Amino acid sequence: MAVVKTLGIETEYGIVHRGVPDPNPISASSLLINAYLSRTAGAGHGPGAPRVGWDFIDESPDVDARGFAALGALAPEIETHLVNAVLTNGARYYVDHAHPELSTPECADPLSVVRYDRAGDLILVASMAAANEVLPPGQELVVYKNNSDGKGNSYGCHENYLIDRGVPFGRVVVHATTHFVTRQLFTGAGKVGCELPGSTRQQVPFQLTQRADFFEEEVGLETTLKRPIINTRDEPHADPLRYRRLHVIVGDANLCQVATFLKVGTTALVLAMVEDDALDREVVFAEPIRALRTVSLDLGLRAPLRLDDGSTATALELQWWLYGQAEQYLACYGPDGAGGETAHVVMDRWRQVLEALEHPGDLDPLFGVVDWVSKKHLLDAFRDRRGVAPDDISLAAVDIQYHDLRPDRSLFAKLGPETLIDEASAAAAMTEPPSDTRAYFRGRCLDKWPGQIVAANWDSMVFDAGDEMLRRVPMMEPSRGSAAHVSTLLDECDTVAELLNRLADTG
Amino acid sequence: MVEREQKRRVAADRVDEDVEADEATAPAVSDRSQRLKGELDDLLDEIDGVLETNAEDFVKSYIQKGGE
Repeated sequence: MAVVKTLGIETEYGIVHRGVPDPNPISASSLLINAYLSRTAGAGHGPGAPRVGWDFIDESPDVDARGFAALGALAPEIETHLVNAVLTNGARYYVDHAHPELSTPECADPLSVVRYDRAGDLILVASMAAANEVLPPGQELVVYKNNSDGKGNSYGCHENYLIDRGVPFGRVVVHATTHFVTRQLFTGAGKVGCELPGSTRQQVPFQLTQRADFFEEEVGLETTLKRPIINTRDEPHADPLRYRRLHVIVGDANLCQVATFLKVGTTALVLAMVEDDALDREVVFAEPIRALRTVSLDLGLRAPLRLDDGSTATALELQWWLYGQAEQYLACYGPDGAGGETAHVVMDRWRQVLEALEHPGDLDPLFGVVDWVSKKHLLDAFRDRRGVAPDDISLAAVDIQYHDLRPDRSLFAKLGPETLIDEASAAAAMTEPPSDTRAYFRGRCLDKWPGQIVAANWDSMVFDAGDEMLRRVPMMEPSRGSAAHVSTLLDECDTVAELLNRLADTG
Repeated sequence: MVEREQKRRVAADRVDEDVEADEATAPAVSDRSQRLKGELDDLLDEIDGVLETNAEDFVKSYIQKGGE
């Protein structure tokens, strides 16, 4: 049965340290995050306020959802020595490999994800400003929200969806693959060129997604090599008997808020239908990886994708099928397991975007709504103005700068994109947790007792109440710990000891 | 910028497009395209000043190893 969706996004940002001869991305990322943490500690809790570190006790990224460890598979390693902080909005902000990464707090609906995704971008913007204040003159840190350097290196934007543990994983694989291959039509962030070996910008001036070039497997555990369309990392960060967390690595990082909204909202709907076994057939691609790349390379939006029964379908036809199924699903089952009431708004936008995609020769309605369309319009206008060849390197520069997060340099920001969240609300979400998930408890506690929280992670917090024992408070149910559950309790408790006593009393 | 957003939202509201509707709205589509073209022209004027000055160096030096 479809469980109430808990949703979130993890974004790895590109980073450039300008003005140094031999930049080191790991130290640059650490500097960036530390500068932000120093500034917020200074503003919020007085200088030298303790920083709360991440607690790795429940992390097990090498556990496979298929119930076995693939021989020879390269399990992700946890790096514990790098900067790793928990913020008062419930997010995690850390250095992952050689990138700054921000995981949004747990959100209860797709619009909340958009709000915290935008808040994440604003945190990176504030981090750049803080870092550049302490860097020597002539040096600068610049952050990009994209997924590729154009030279074969990719970094991810991962989505997370809480689903029912009881659903056979094979069913998730089939239907999620259909959606992930075809949703690229509106989730693609656009890219100049192709990074497959031997490909040139002349052959592929532009494609829909940043990421399709980097996927080689249908199902698997890896995230850095032989990337799979369906990632099997089985780490629910919640009661493992009830829940599975689907960790989705195949998407692009979006700057268009409508694209983020649809990416998460439509996927939550598809997963709810999978959980309730409500889809009327299985669509299986004859060659899923080829289908993924075909959709990304097809600017005409009409390429037939070969199915395993010998027939073909276009990505748009399959999206219309999923849309029709979702309409019936909501009528029968309601929106509770599909992202809540916001699912109806998702449906409206989904339909509008699919209708617009029916006219590949006139995609103007998607300008400022879908990233690849917005970027392509910009590139085409730039090319016409400058009179440069379709493979001119200046177009690759415009591509990268589309994703520049500096407000005065971001080409995306200058397009006047449609927004779903006003900027003041996103700015507030830099420090305020969502009210409707356990992130509320985490964030409020961090704000109120920063000196007495020894460590925190997604599903527990460790408190130091001043006695001889540290106390771990488990939070295995992501929808509990919301404002409705604990705001009065948190308001009434003056000390951590009081909080722990009252939590013990209520069980 | 707000004005630009609203214009676009009106454009996005155009739905139910059978062939007749397409013909009926053809001038509107072309108006919209003209308007967007104008906006993009303004935008290009605006971004000329913020584009990286040496595109080739910028693209070559943008290297991001070690993701995920």
